[in-house]
Amino acid sequence: MSAATLDLHQMGVAELGAALHARQTSATEVAQHLLARAHAHSGLGAYLALNEAATLAQAAAADARLSAGERGPLLGVPLAHKDVFVTRDFPTTAGSKMLQGYRSPFDATVVQRLAAAGAVSLGKLNCDEFAMGSGNDQSAYGPAHNPWDRTRVPGGSSGGSAVAVAARLAPAATGTDTGGSIRQPASFCGVTGIKPTYGRCSRYGLVAYASSLDQAGPMARSAHDCALLLSAMAGPDVERDSTSLEQPPEDYSRYLAQQWPGASASRPLQGLRIGLPREFFGPGCASDVLQAVRAALSELERLGATLLDIDLPRTELAIPAYYIIAPAEASSNLSRYDGVRYGHRAAQPSDLLDLYQRSRSEAFGPEVQRRILLGTYVLSHGYYDAYYIKAQQIRRLIAQDFQTAFGQCDLIAGPVAPSVAWAIGAKTADPLAAYLADIYTLPASLAGLPGMSVPAGFGADPLPVGLQLIGNYLSEARLLQVAHQLQLVSDWHTRTPPPFTPCPGSHS
Amino acid sequence: MSLTLQEIERLAQLARLQLTPEQALDAQQRLNGFLGLVEQMQAVDTSGVEPLAHPTAVMQAVQLRLRPDVVSEPNQREANQASAPAVEDGLYLVPRVIE
Amino acid sequence: MSAPLVQGYEVVIGFETHAQLATRSKIFSRAPTAFGAEPNTQACAVDLALPGTLPVMNREAVACAIRFGLAVGAHIAPRSVFARKNYFYPDLPKGYQISQYEIPAVQGGSVAFELAGAARTVRLVRAHLEEDAGKSLHQDFHGMSGIDLNRAGTPLLEIVTEPDLRSSAEAVAYAKALHQLVTWIGICDGNMQEGSFRCDANVSVRRPGAPLGTRREIKNLNSFKFMQQAIDYEVRWQIERLQDGYAIEQATVLFDPDSGQTRAMRSKEDAADYRYFPCPDLPPLCIEAQWVEQLRVELPELPRAMAARFVADYGLPEYDAATLTQSPQMAAYFEAVVTAAGKALAKSASNWIMGEVSRRLNAEERDIAQAPVSAAQLAALLTRIGDQTVSNNAAKQVFDELWSNPVVTGSGSATESGHDTAVGTGDLARVDQVIAAKGLKQMNDSGALQAIAEQVLATNVKNVAEYRAGKEKAFNALVGQVMKASQGKADPAGVNALLKQLLGT
Repeated sequence: MSAATLDLHQMGVAELGAALHARQTSATEVAQHLLARAHAHSGLGAYLALNEAATLAQAAAADARLSAGERGPLLGVPLAHKDVFVTRDFPTTAGSKMLQGYRSPFDATVVQRLAAAGAVSLGKLNCDEFAMGSGNDQSAYGPAHNPWDRTRVPGGSSGGSAVAVAARLAPAATGTDTGGSIRQPASFCGVTGIKPTYGRCSRYGLVAYASSLDQAGPMARSAHDCALLLSAMAGPDVERDSTSLEQPPEDYSRYLAQQWPGASASRPLQGLRIGLPREFFGPGCASDVLQAVRAALSELERLGATLLDIDLPRTELAIPAYYIIAPAEASSNLSRYDGVRYGHRAAQPSDLLDLYQRSRSEAFGPEVQRRILLGTYVLSHGYYDAYYIKAQQIRRLIAQDFQTAFGQCDLIAGPVAPSVAWAIGAKTADPLAAYLADIYTLPASLAGLPGMSVPAGFGADPLPVGLQLIGNYLSEARLLQVAHQLQLVSDWHTRTPPPFTPCPGSHS
Repeated sequence: MSLTLQEIERLAQLARLQLTPEQALDAQQRLNGFLGLVEQMQAVDTSGVEPLAHPTAVMQAVQLRLRPDVVSEPNQREANQASAPAVEDGLYLVPRVIE
Repeated sequence: MSAPLVQGYEVVIGFETHAQLATRSKIFSRAPTAFGAEPNTQACAVDLALPGTLPVMNREAVACAIRFGLAVGAHIAPRSVFARKNYFYPDLPKGYQISQYEIPAVQGGSVAFELAGAARTVRLVRAHLEEDAGKSLHQDFHGMSGIDLNRAGTPLLEIVTEPDLRSSAEAVAYAKALHQLVTWIGICDGNMQEGSFRCDANVSVRRPGAPLGTRREIKNLNSFKFMQQAIDYEVRWQIERLQDGYAIEQATVLFDPDSGQTRAMRSKEDAADYRYFPCPDLPPLCIEAQWVEQLRVELPELPRAMAARFVADYGLPEYDAATLTQSPQMAAYFEAVVTAAGKALAKSASNWIMGEVSRRLNAEERDIAQAPVSAAQLAALLTRIGDQTVSNNAAKQVFDELWSNPVVTGSGSATESGHDTAVGTGDLARVDQVIAAKGLKQMNDSGALQAIAEQVLATNVKNVAEYRAGKEKAFNALVGQVMKASQGKADPAGVNALLKQLLGT
């Protein structure tokens, strides 16, 4: 075993891409190494599906392309997909019994784009059922465990993705964010993640939860790595997704090495105005989280950024608005799961009604059923105006608040979540508490704005804390730039969960 | 605004879900708990505010793209039916549908 | 204009028609729409609502809706919205139908038609785009039904009228006029047996002056023949119920052609709460004025306008004009004949098309596009009748030959768009050739004819005497003799005149 093998899982996307390019390793070697790790650490509950033959076939194809002289930052680089992206090579469950064993005849566009760039799929990652949850404790296949403390949630719904990246099972993973499902697990697990502008990545092949909110995005151990992934993932899908934006694909790493416009090398973020919403820094946020966030903000100040207070007055209203709109859309999106054409079918249905009721009740978990009921309620006759329409109006007000704020600042920053990761099972008794904990991520979701979570140190226990950065529409490259600058002067994003800290001679 | 068990049952019917009495009670409690949150939302004056259905409409005009009327989906019945619970002669089987 | 009451009750009918749009691909997917394929071979991932699939709108379906709106004088909404209609049914893969609810693409408009010679107009409320569902096959599969989703996603235009119809006859006349219109402008193939044009009738009765009664909806009226029967039965049924003291309850009913009765469907669960909301996967549909204008320019002359023009320009009776404008192809054929042969022969052309041509097409189950005799050829034949080369009767024999042994004369096919120049020499030559081959050339030589006539009179003294004595039949016998002697080539009218002249009567 070469010295490089010991470090392969410590390497990020950019590093691996370079090593592959330099033929210091092969896609096959890396894939084999990470598949072994996946098996070795199955107790973390990160992976739901593996298919070695398919992974190695993809790796072999990537190696062939490399041998032929092809170059690309993702060529031969392994990653894993949240199990809400349909894939031909792996079953797709969306974390639900409803889709146990389901095999899609097509790949999600995002999966296709990454494959075209030469990325190698390691497998499918655990998530809250149909992406509804914030702890990966609503998966029908068991919880995922936070690598920093296995008794804690990794966050959700992209819990498996965050775990895989934090535990060095994969250098990167795809996730989806509807109300915070990339940002929050990234924060809880100390990894970097970004939810782009709504419509920037295709939703074709993304098992739908809330159509006007769902967005795919990368999770990795650095902003640089996220930029490399996002460059491949994002872009128009005019043929298949009517909500996909037509803006052409971008190189999201183009500003990484640069200073903020007008700034100098010694103070590279000079001129950057960062707005801090008063509503994000109030008593609702745990003090250890605020402390870590402020420390990170101080670093940004040292780099030249200016911090200023702003208002997002309707922040709290984001909770009822989101939890009306998302369940409403979900209740409709999940109607197709009826046991007729795919998915779970109850045994020996006595009639059509029995087929529907039993198939759905047997296979949907409790939180999914609750949200379907809530969604059905807010759309039902007599309540539609008071709830659904009202929520969409609030949504516009929230979006307008952001536009007003962006008149005063370039980016908005604050915590991702009001606390660090909680214990597995702690919030299941009171999902309402979990809803309330989404307060800082929901507003950007409703407005369709891009948002990032960047490791910002540790809170109590010590568990990771993420700094949230929110930008205006289509400003992902700038968000990544700022995050990257922070990561140049800090090392929070490089920290490894203690159980996974590399020791000489060990493979952990 | 508070839901009765009867209303919960009606919602379950509409959604083709079958709730045990415990589940129905649980759903009632949780939904009512949530609806308490909603009251603050109702209190906001939103007269004249256009609902925001497509978030990026704030950024740019959003309109439906139209594609040319071209057939390009070949017959893939076998692949599509690979995960079907009950199929015969290419038809999806369901309990007798009576009009 | 009021319709007759039925047992003292006024009948109120509103119609909903689902017209399948004649696009190649489905409304939201790129699967084909052709009828009759093996089950589920034309249902792609989007049509099957596989996880992760999304709708993408077919431009041609929108164009069809716009054309319809223009044809009925409706308002084309510059911005309309697609909504989800949520309900569970095995033929509805997504568990919702993408339709239009609050803001349809076409608003208002009207359809004019004739009933018993009187002009009637039905106002339209709206026409909107939506997707068709699949089909349940009720053949027994061990007690199960089979679902075929080939039809799922076929584009539909749902056309809704105000409750302006006042009798079953009116309803059928409206349905026929609408059917003609959508097929005329080419947005629908109108094949009712294949389900391309499906009608639902909302029927209620009331005492004149009373508020609207509760309506029952008769679904799937898919033939004109049964439409009237079904509505009549339903009206009688409702009246009987009311007279027996029962209230009418809202219901959906089906017509059973075998029993001739309507019967309520198994109640569809909850008086459905469809929970309509704008489909988040589809931004609003924006139709620009420029596009509407372009389609307006391309819209063909509509049948009623064309029929009126035939009456005005060609002096045709209204009946002829209406018959000839049943299809654009028939009308184009007619106009091509008239353009080639001249307006003076318009009535003759009409007679021949409604008569000889249609009779043969019906017997052979062909349509006008397949007629072996082109418009130019028919025009040539009519020209030869007009210039007395051949009698109308003899011309039928010529036509037989032209039809049975078609020869392409280079003037194009029957479907070649109307307005050729004057009859081609090729067509006349062909017609003349047949006339000569069959020896049908009319005798117009008055000298030869006179000689024959004098000969006949000389050898039929008895008939002459009887005729002079007042027996008309004897005269006919003389005419017959002359016709026979001329081998049918004489013009009967001319023979009549000549004999009378010779006999001095």
